[in-house]
Amino acid sequence: MPRALAYAAACLFAASAVAAEIAPAAAARLEHLVTQDCGSCHGLSRKGGLGSPLTAEALDGADRETIATIILDGVPGTAMPPWRPLMSEAEAYWIADYLLKDTLK
Amino acid sequence: MTRLAALLICSALAAPAAAQQLRATGDLGVIVERATGSVLIVDQSEHAAIGRVAGLGDLSHASLVFSPDERFAYVFGRDGGLSKVDILTQEIVKRVVQAGNSIGGAISDDGKLIAVANYEPGGVKIFEAETLDEVADIPAAGKALGLEDAPGRRFVFSVWDTNETKIVDMSGAEAKVTTLPDIGANPYDALITDDGRTYIAGLFGEDGLTAIDLWAETPEPRRILPGYGRGEEEMPVYKMPHLEGWAKAGDQIVLPAVHHHEVLWVDARTLEETGRTATHGQPVFAMARPGGRQVWVNFAHPRNDTIQVIDTMTHEIVGEMTPGPAVLHMEFTSRGTEAWVSVRDANKVVIFDTTTLEPVAEIAAESPSGIFFTARAHRMGL
Repeated sequence: MPRALAYAAACLFAASAVAAEIAPAAAARLEHLVTQDCGSCHGLSRKGGLGSPLTAEALDGADRETIATIILDGVPGTAMPPWRPLMSEAEAYWIADYLLKDTLK
Repeated sequence: MTRLAALLICSALAAPAAAQQLRATGDLGVIVERATGSVLIVDQSEHAAIGRVAGLGDLSHASLVFSPDERFAYVFGRDGGLSKVDILTQEIVKRVVQAGNSIGGAISDDGKLIAVANYEPGGVKIFEAETLDEVADIPAAGKALGLEDAPGRRFVFSVWDTNETKIVDMSGAEAKVTTLPDIGANPYDALITDDGRTYIAGLFGEDGLTAIDLWAETPEPRRILPGYGRGEEEMPVYKMPHLEGWAKAGDQIVLPAVHHHEVLWVDARTLEETGRTATHGQPVFAMARPGGRQVWVNFAHPRNDTIQVIDTMTHEIVGEMTPGPAVLHMEFTSRGTEAWVSVRDANKVVIFDTTTLEPVAEIAAESPSGIFFTARAHRMGL
């Protein structure tokens, strides 16, 4: 296994391990971020806009690592920016889980 | 005297009482409450909300335009909803869901047509302003945005995915569409100058912007400010900048840069760069106060609690305010004495005196975003 890949795998494992460590207040803040700030491009109801739809149905079982990695590192060549400067890996995993759970009211 | 005649006289006598309830619309406005699918109707002179209209759907990225008589607001929702709101009776007069996903709209110069830019399916649909009956469908092979009204019953819009601008002429019996290809990578928004002459599209996929002279016999895209961020590190963009028709500041046009924390100054005639001002963050709106003496700028997440005021003669920052978390939009009263600022996460609109830069009043609002005053009815490109 190339060293870079091993490193990436190790990072993912580490991140998964801490994914649950989000306090309720932080969770409320992240929920607000998803609705309002992700919502700027993906829509308040997550049905998409300039960004792609993020409903659980649209994500269709994509794995949480993939989603968290997109959140953290963005998608080069698109308008999706890297959020790593603004959030921890645990927070990105929390958002990935939140999106996959279909938490739309 | 018959009973009917007596009743008529009573009605006539009652008329002056009704007349006292007449209300003009010239100093009214509409504020989008993005999370609740509602709008507030506000009175600029009273510094107060006078009503709320709900049931407008998903209003993330909502905008609106006014009818020429300043009575009706046409509200464009994210979910493809187009709603005609009577701001006097505070009711939805008509509502259609015309697409799956929309970004904004425009009203024709004669006030007769409403155009809506759609992401899904991509393109522009055009409706009778009176009835909201569809009159034209202009498809595009991608997300339509930067839709503006242009003189001569025309609309102009750009397409994110295909890098083109389309000019739609509605002056005849049928829509006549002119497509300008290769205007630049990923146009994200556009504006038209207040003389209706110059359409400027911002480009997300490369530095620089594209200008199109609509007075030309054959309008052609012209790249302006090529490579304005060259040599600088590109910064992540957590909210797209917006281009609006408030960009003219005297003989200059002011524009938010994208990927860079600065605003750009352009000579309005030559379209050559005249300067740059480093700003607090990624600018979202750079709006010239009516008259053009200063420009107010707000910023993208996470630096969005701040507004900066820039002197248009010196290009220097002369004021900085922090009205609260998530400042989303600003609107000047028609002669620029006040600026109303929506502070989403504080659930309020803060009203600033533009001379002292001090807050003078606040209005409670649910997650407010766009603020629109009725004077927009009489300006091109808004």
